[in-house]
Amino acid sequence: MSVVTLQMGQCGNQVGGQFFNMIARDTFDQSLAKCNVPRQTNQQFIDDVCERFFSQEEGSLKARAVMVDMEPKVIAMTTTEAKRSGLFQYNNKQQFCQKCGSGNNWAHGFLVHGSKCSQQVMDLIQKEAEKCDRLEGFFTLMSLAGGTGSGLGAYITQCVRDEFPHSFIMNQVTWPFDTGEVIVQNYNAVLTLSHLYQSSDAILIVENDQEQKICSQLLNIKKISFSDINEVIGHKLASFLQPAKSNNLTSNHLGEMLEHLVPHPEYKLLTMKTIPFMSENNIQYSAYQWPGLVKHLTQMLIANASMEEGIDWGVKLSSTGLAYNKSMANSLFLRGLDVNTVDVSSFKDGRLYPSWLPSEACLASWTNQRTFNKYEKSASLVSNSQTPLISLNHVIDKAWSMFTSRAYVHQYIKHGLAEEDFLDSFACLEQVIKNYKDL
Amino acid sequence: MTQSIVVQVGQCGNQIGFRFWDLALREHSSLNKTGLYDDAVSSFFRNVDTRYSDPADIPVGHGLGKIKDLKARAVLIDMEEGVVNEIMKGPLRGVFDYKQLITDVSGAGNNWAIGHKMYGAKYKEEISETIRRAAELCDCLQCFFVIHSMGGGTGSGLGSFVLNLLHEEYPDIYRFVMAVYPSHEDDVITSPYNSVLAMRQLTDNADCVLPVENQALVDIVNKINQANPKLAERKSSRGHVKAGSAISTGDGGIVKGKDEKPFDSMNNIAANVLLNMTSSARFEGSLNVDLNEITMNLVPFPKMHYLVTSQTPLYSVSDVHIPPRRLDQMFSDAFSKDHQLIKADPKHSLYLACALMVRGKVEVSDIRRNIERLQSSLKFIHWNRDGWKTGLCNVAPVGQPYSLLTIANNTCVHHTFSGLRDRFVKLYKRKAHIHHYTHVDNMEIEDFSESLESLTSVIKEYETLEKQINNPAPSLPRLQVI
Repeated sequence: MSVVTLQMGQCGNQVGGQFFNMIARDTFDQSLAKCNVPRQTNQQFIDDVCERFFSQEEGSLKARAVMVDMEPKVIAMTTTEAKRSGLFQYNNKQQFCQKCGSGNNWAHGFLVHGSKCSQQVMDLIQKEAEKCDRLEGFFTLMSLAGGTGSGLGAYITQCVRDEFPHSFIMNQVTWPFDTGEVIVQNYNAVLTLSHLYQSSDAILIVENDQEQKICSQLLNIKKISFSDINEVIGHKLASFLQPAKSNNLTSNHLGEMLEHLVPHPEYKLLTMKTIPFMSENNIQYSAYQWPGLVKHLTQMLIANASMEEGIDWGVKLSSTGLAYNKSMANSLFLRGLDVNTVDVSSFKDGRLYPSWLPSEACLASWTNQRTFNKYEKSASLVSNSQTPLISLNHVIDKAWSMFTSRAYVHQYIKHGLAEEDFLDSFACLEQVIKNYKDL
Repeated sequence: MTQSIVVQVGQCGNQIGFRFWDLALREHSSLNKTGLYDDAVSSFFRNVDTRYSDPADIPVGHGLGKIKDLKARAVLIDMEEGVVNEIMKGPLRGVFDYKQLITDVSGAGNNWAIGHKMYGAKYKEEISETIRRAAELCDCLQCFFVIHSMGGGTGSGLGSFVLNLLHEEYPDIYRFVMAVYPSHEDDVITSPYNSVLAMRQLTDNADCVLPVENQALVDIVNKINQANPKLAERKSSRGHVKAGSAISTGDGGIVKGKDEKPFDSMNNIAANVLLNMTSSARFEGSLNVDLNEITMNLVPFPKMHYLVTSQTPLYSVSDVHIPPRRLDQMFSDAFSKDHQLIKADPKHSLYLACALMVRGKVEVSDIRRNIERLQSSLKFIHWNRDGWKTGLCNVAPVGQPYSLLTIANNTCVHHTFSGLRDRFVKLYKRKAHIHHYTHVDNMEIEDFSESLESLTSVIKEYETLEKQINNPAPSLPRLQVI
């Protein structure tokens, strides 16, 4: 079952480049000895990955991706980097770009570029979808702060939903830094999320602030660049999208995962937590065991920590004082040595979930003996929980305060948006917050 | 890749424009060693085959064609021939096409009405044609840069007329204006009239205005010269400025040292602002900022589009024994009042929005760190407390490892404008020199009062926002879900 990746805007393309790079390196560039699986199983794994993410065309491995951006520089850079890696390439014909960007203006991306370019972009997507033997769904990478990724991304997601009503759509959105990369990012975020909530099946949130912390504190990178941050994001995405099997040997196709993670259409926000993260030098010297990893991961979930350092161990499930993070559903991905011995009962604790859900059904775990990306044991948790509430609340606060002063609103109205559209978006997201708070 | 057209009007406009083209060529030649005509060069230059009498335009294609001959995407307008003739006799004459020039003989006599009404009417067709020709040669035109002064006659009058024309004929193309405002001691007596009459056009028709004051440029040039002892002394002093690194130098350009004019160092600074602003649109980087993003993020309300700029570092030190001025120092300097291109102190006023355009070897973590550091000492308006826009371009400017251009929408501009208004009112109360203006056809006395009103309302808008510096307006409660 294949997944078609749509890379929208500068952020989407840069993250996408690192995502495919990570998958390619993990799949094709590991020596058999390190993989911890027999040759045949490894070959099966490689075939699965190829079916999922790549297609064999003209003698080389091409990523199943459509690249869209309003200006050509980023797509050019990403394609060159892919070629340089020698492991895979992007198909030059599956790229769409224009000359002038969207100017960080959501209305420009959605209304102006959307209507102009949607036909051509949908043609490219159709072509890519037809190359798949069995199409599972679409994975869209975009940012919330800019104009193209957010505006055009939201429009295309709507078009894809209309064209492919039976496919699954997951949108990975990159939350910008709190202290601003773009001044109108809060407006763009509010407008995008409210529109995605209608057309997408799941919205996977990745926050730049948190990824940067991982880079500086865990990976010890002194001067952090965007490609470092994107590598971390790529690692996290690959850790749960790479093939794995559940207890009854079903494979983790996008549909299976989303059916479990998004049981109710009002609750679509997903977040990822992955451990361990450490710099290359430290990997050789650390020996960690599954019980330790599981314990950390559970506490990360309860206390809402994004990485394994700085977890607040004071927050406990039983405490009535400190509120803990409640979830709708959790999916656990375990990769590496001895995965069958891992005890995951801490994730099945009924207190983690609302009372109207049966707690045994709330956890799905997927395992793969094959080691992932040089870590001999690694665990990843994708959860539908209250984690994104704080940032979401923050963004709505700031956007509302700007909106009450009507700052920058004339720039959106210029391209055809109306004040009612703003109010609708605010209302939709307030509803989402209330739903999650009441979990 | 998008293209931009530079329209330079009047003596000041043409002189700054001339420095801009020299520096642009210097920048591209230092980067583009193989002489290929790629997208970056095409944003400001056309590649032409001069074998034909009407030079044929060679498009970028796949960016692998060699440069045959470069022609600037520029329109040069002046109502007296002196400056333009000098340009066409000088070393840069090959870069301009005679069809891009519009000149007259007698000048506008420091009279806005003659520049705007009389010459405007006379040359409207020709200007429109020339600009149309330049625009048609562009694959995807994104913006116009109009450079002119506010105090004179041609620059302010005809310059603002051209702005109106661009607004009418190309409403979707952004219009950036670099306007040189007269300082307090200006030698042109009617400069307040000219400036205020032109300001109204700028408020109504420009997307962004970058005001520049001569006094500020003089101070910056003096600062650089203090650090750079005269070559004649030949003292080996520490802190010697690395040759060609100061933002006021034109070393390495086509114009050689002995031909440099007195205003050149000041004009180089202004020209560098334009270069740095467009660098992210021309070259690659990890966080690209296109020109339409600048207007989007820095202009919260339609009329408040006057942006204060500053550039750092002013020069780089050549003595290798001195540790390089730390990156953080560069960020702090950018907000000091000595580095701004107008005489104003943004630190004591309210920031509505601020853009940091960084070039060179700087990482996103450095920018984040400096923003956090500076956030506490700068006052931002309450609904935009995180009002930062960052841009990161990989290509450093010539002679420096990295540089920072800050473009800010700050309420300190109202001080400059109030000064201008006071000087205007002083003359207007006595109706001094008015008859020179009203003699011109189509010029009414109402133009004066309306322009004064427009200026006053802009000043008031900025002042109202500034009042919120310590007591923010109460905000409406958020929507409640029932």
